[in-house]
Amino acid sequence: MKKSELLSLNLLEASELLNKKEISSKELTTAYLENIEENDCKIGAYITVTSDLALQTAEKIDTMRVNGENLSPLAGIPFSVKDNICTKGIKTTCASEFLRDFTPVYDAHVIERLKNFGAVMLGKTNMDEFGMGSSNENSAFHITKNPRDFERVAGGSSGGSAASVAGKEALFSLGSDTGGSIRLPSSFCGAVGMKPTYGAVSRYGLVAFASSFDQIGVISRNAADNAAILDVISGWDCRDSTSSKQSLNLSCDITAEKLKIGIVREFFADGIDEDVLNCIQNAIEFYKKCGASIDYVSLPSIKSALWAYYIISSAEASSNLARFDGVRYGRRDENYSSIEELYKNSRTNGFGEEVKRRIMTGTFALSAGYYENYYKKAQRIREKIKSEFEEIFKKCDVIISPVCPTTAFKIGEYRDNPEQMYLSDIYTVPANLAGLPAISVPFGTDRDNLPVGIQLIGRPFGEAVLYKSASFLEKEACGDDI
Amino acid sequence: MTYKGYELTVGLEVHVELKTETKIFCSCKTEFGADPNTQCCPVCMGMPGTLPVLNKKAVEYAVKAGLALNCNIAHISKFDRKNYFYPDLPKAYQISQFDMPLCENGFIDISYETDKKGVFASKKIRITRIHLEEDAGKLIHTDEGTLIDCNRCGVPLIEIVSEPDIKSSEEAKAYLKALRSVILYTGISDCKMNEGSMRCDVNLSVSRVGDNKLGARTEIKNINSVNFVAKAIDYEFKRQVDTIESGEKIVTETRRFDPDIGKTFAMRSKETAGDYRYFPEPDLPPILLSDDYINSVKAEIPELPAKRIKRYCDDFGLTDYDAGLLTESRIIADEFEETAKLTKYPKIAANLIIGELMKLTEEGESLPVSSEKIASVAQMCGDEQINSSTAKKLLKMIIDGDSRYPEEIVKCDNLQQINDTEQIRILIKQAVENNPKAVNDYLRGKANAKKILVGYVMGKTSGLANPKIVDTEIENFIKTLID
Repeated sequence: MKKSELLSLNLLEASELLNKKEISSKELTTAYLENIEENDCKIGAYITVTSDLALQTAEKIDTMRVNGENLSPLAGIPFSVKDNICTKGIKTTCASEFLRDFTPVYDAHVIERLKNFGAVMLGKTNMDEFGMGSSNENSAFHITKNPRDFERVAGGSSGGSAASVAGKEALFSLGSDTGGSIRLPSSFCGAVGMKPTYGAVSRYGLVAFASSFDQIGVISRNAADNAAILDVISGWDCRDSTSSKQSLNLSCDITAEKLKIGIVREFFADGIDEDVLNCIQNAIEFYKKCGASIDYVSLPSIKSALWAYYIISSAEASSNLARFDGVRYGRRDENYSSIEELYKNSRTNGFGEEVKRRIMTGTFALSAGYYENYYKKAQRIREKIKSEFEEIFKKCDVIISPVCPTTAFKIGEYRDNPEQMYLSDIYTVPANLAGLPAISVPFGTDRDNLPVGIQLIGRPFGEAVLYKSASFLEKEACGDDI
Repeated sequence: MTYKGYELTVGLEVHVELKTETKIFCSCKTEFGADPNTQCCPVCMGMPGTLPVLNKKAVEYAVKAGLALNCNIAHISKFDRKNYFYPDLPKAYQISQFDMPLCENGFIDISYETDKKGVFASKKIRITRIHLEEDAGKLIHTDEGTLIDCNRCGVPLIEIVSEPDIKSSEEAKAYLKALRSVILYTGISDCKMNEGSMRCDVNLSVSRVGDNKLGARTEIKNINSVNFVAKAIDYEFKRQVDTIESGEKIVTETRRFDPDIGKTFAMRSKETAGDYRYFPEPDLPPILLSDDYINSVKAEIPELPAKRIKRYCDDFGLTDYDAGLLTESRIIADEFEETAKLTKYPKIAANLIIGELMKLTEEGESLPVSSEKIASVAQMCGDEQINSSTAKKLLKMIIDGDSRYPEEIVKCDNLQQINDTEQIRILIKQAVENNPKAVNDYLRGKANAKKILVGYVMGKTSGLANPKIVDTEIENFIKTLID
């Protein structure tokens, strides 16, 4: 099989061919490694490529297959991992100067799972430092470019993961989503990205940004692949006390005509790009045409959602990132004459601007005298948003919305305007505040032929309905070059 | 306790390490004294990506402490992060409990000997709260630099906070002893202050006698012995009063106590973080406890010292003080009870244990003589088969390795008490003849002189004469001299 053909296979296709021994994992892995070698200098999806290890694993899986061992559908499938998910013996930098040379001593839960299932890790992908950003411009190492247009950002913070999938540098990727970090880059790059229900996937081994929001999820070519991978990585883990014992049932036979779709009025206020609006309207029309019922619903607290998200996530980040003090691991500044100076210089020089901005915001929000008006107030808003969603889901199965008001913007466009950048997360943040599953699925393109992502938000543990709803859109959009 | 017209008010915060087998948020061992950094893992080292998982045993032990100290147990409580930078704190936050502690509103009864010998005072000290948290690591300062030992990181701790009900160093000592004793009974900690499994912070302020308004308070951190706590309180009380009297103000600050010179010193402000930015720990769900659970923990708590003291006084006729001594350690109290079952003379047994045996035991150890043998010695003594000095001698022989039964020793070594009044009278006569001076002295009112006569008789009988008979007969004999 030709290299381009190999790279075009989706998970289920590749899995079938591997199973029939029509292709080998070594062939498939080599095709991906060659493509990385050839194109990643332009895209910059990866921070670390683990070629040798990938080939070793692929060969091992091939041998097992030849020996007739019973293998999972993921066995021999090449994937990439966001660089904030710990991998034993392989550098995990969080795209931070501080962790430039940090090598974890253990595997994250999701890595253990994928290893056990025989998936082949190609390397670790670029991101905004510690997950803080929407464009991958906050990586301490390099900017990941959008495979559709190298002048544009891949989105963030899992930009490297989305770009690796869209650029055919991995068959799927693991990302993490705190306020939209899986869905936004998936939307910008034209991939399918799922942020599962909070607690559906163990966070053990995910370097924490904001613990009560962070969730590991999958970026893939299509919804069916995505579901197959989530099925493997989800489930209760005794090492994460916030992981849920409720297991995900990812099969569902709901038909499009039975779907009850909610449109949040407040989501369609101002600021949405015309082409994005068009795509979403087309999607709504499509669902209507299929016989789905469409309902206008209201999420009144949404206007404070972004503010609440930034307060709580920054507060948690200020505490989570305090351990990076230069004492035990990571970067220790050479210049210090006291422990205070060691902390100060290591952190000042080890963290990027955005990370420092969030640490300061979060420290402020938790400080005596401000806690009530910031952190506490933000938590109340969060509770309100949760209950408003609950109300909506009494009558709707899914909420449809854009992923982002715009398509991928130009590199540098928002560099000096962090607030504008924060607005990119306006549609994605509510699902994180409420812990709900949400998927980004490509549907149409804008005037520059850049992909537009549609977001579908579901009930807690309602991933199956989201995958199914997304697959209807995929079928409709089949003419597009996905 | 007053000084220059001032009195003091003290509240204590006591940290107690729980004796769980594993740490509070990971499965590392908690054993004391292991080689540095041999009992730690990515979780307790705060490596990126790790998460805490609550040890159920730690909750159970904390609830046990709360119940033993008469607290209300919260059906819902939660963990919070206490944020501060220090090299012994790998995550740069301590997982603790802030506004929803596990236990609240308890108390403990204390009693202690006042300035007047033999006069005891008792008092109720209220306990504000008990919360569960993790311990930090240990810094070891060497000539080449400071080293970090993470073995202690994540060892479960409870912090017991008292109301400011303590009014003297004596009360503070009594409080700590009582607290220690109750905790030892529940078996949740070994409370070894020298190993740091029990540590104390003192909050102290002074006010003019009769004035209810308390002055600014200072906190003296991390004192690791009961006596040092008392010394620190005495010193700090005087220091605050003298400072006020010299026209200066008391600064609210954290101080440390230097036991070598017996003084407290202000700590550098850098060593004490002001604002801990507490917020709910997002990695751990709230702790939810049912009534059934709380009751099942309650059922495991043994009879506590206060109740035992009362029972010992009522059943065995012991004094409050003796009962207090016997019940300080659960092991010894249990052994005493075992002994008491085997003899008709529990009070004699109690005296032997308190006077001869307890002083030979270290903290947490059992008595050096078995309950059976103590009981048999007490029994012979009560039956007047042996006298009390023989009883003591017997115990000493057993401790020194004589493995025979006490009855056997008495029989073989002829240690039976001499109760033959005639025999004793003859010896008294000899004593008087040989010690005319002593007799004269005694007649002139020197009560002590009688001892010489007693000593003579005892010497002649190798200490076996019945001391009561000896005494009575000497009195009788001397009466005949006067007449």
